[in-house]
Amino acid sequence: MNALVFFSLATLLLFSFALGPDTALLRRNAGGYLWLALLLSSVLALGESFRVERENAALEGLRLIPVDSRAIFLSKGLANAALLVGLGVLLVPVLVGLLDVRLVLPWSRLFGLTVLGCLAIAAPGTLYGAIASHARARDVLLPLLLFPILIPALVAAAKATALVFEGDPMLQFDPWMLLLACFDLIYWALGVVLFPRVIEE
Amino acid sequence: MDLAPALQLHDVSKRYGARWALVHLSLSLRRGAALLLTGHNGSGKTTLLRVLSTVVRPSSGRVEVLGVDAGAEPEKVRSQVGLLSHANFVYEDLSGLENLEVLARLLGMRVSAAPAALERVSLSPKDDRPIRTYSAGMRRRLALARLFLKQPAVALLDEPFVELDPAGVSELETRIRELRAAGTTLVLATHHIEQGLQLCTDRLHLEQGRSIAA
Repeated sequence: MNALVFFSLATLLLFSFALGPDTALLRRNAGGYLWLALLLSSVLALGESFRVERENAALEGLRLIPVDSRAIFLSKGLANAALLVGLGVLLVPVLVGLLDVRLVLPWSRLFGLTVLGCLAIAAPGTLYGAIASHARARDVLLPLLLFPILIPALVAAAKATALVFEGDPMLQFDPWMLLLACFDLIYWALGVVLFPRVIEE
Repeated sequence: MDLAPALQLHDVSKRYGARWALVHLSLSLRRGAALLLTGHNGSGKTTLLRVLSTVVRPSSGRVEVLGVDAGAEPEKVRSQVGLLSHANFVYEDLSGLENLEVLARLLGMRVSAAPAALERVSLSPKDDRPIRTYSAGMRRRLALARLFLKQPAVALLDEPFVELDPAGVSELETRIRELRAAGTTLVLATHHIEQGLQLCTDRLHLEQGRSIAA
């Protein structure tokens, strides 16, 4: 967890350094930086999630127990999502301090958005983490598989976060949240269906 | 009432890419028997044990464990089968006791059964070191403790004597005899044929995935 927190903080810092001292620009893009930091950190978290199962074939040990494989997916996915939500909650004050953003919409909307967005990362992330864990180039394969899939969720989450920080006069927040919710529904359902086949030999 | 055999394989084959690990294998093993599984490295012993445990799905054929179709109801089979494999199925960051407690919870058993399973293989429940600090022999004992905790009706042992010291080998032989006395059906894959013949009632010899008369 410590490594994850430091990595995500370093990522935020790097974004702010890379774009220079234009504070208005930084503030406008703060939502995007938050979700990019979470996305890049998720690769570490998801990889680690299956590293512990790969050692000593622990995942195979789980499969020897009369437990539905879908339960393994749901528990790993929810644990990954919870970890990312915790990370997101930690990063928001850093954004406020670093980039001088303010919450115009209520914080409960930002929290709900964080939960939906992290669920969107966790579902395909857990599925692809299981796929990549069998591959030799697993550290490269996971982001290669995951990032293209997450583009709609990333756009929705970043746009909605920008509305939280800058205001929502055109009432666009709810449609973006709906897009995220639909993404979550589709990929959690896909994960439940496909995960047993992924871990089966 | 006739009970179904402990294990039945009907023309089972398993292919990995172009390589056939098991070829048209048929087998019937009565309940309470002990089958010695022999063969050279790469003959299909481990694959056969993994197919019987439902970890691996056969490419063709049918597997029945205690009368249950393993393809149709793998979870029902898994509740009755224990596998001791080359891998130890443990979490490196947890202690021996913690590993067994996780297993007990997942099996719906009392967590209090875990210390006794450890003591049965001469590991201390008070040892709270993570598994990554264990020697190879201690990891093997922990893998055995996992098997004993589950108390399976069918125990599949893949090279169980590997990495054990002489005292550990002697203890394991005693535990295998205890399992047999309790009515557990056993499949023991080992290169130590003389040792295996003393513990088993039947024998199956594999060569290139096929059953050969021993």
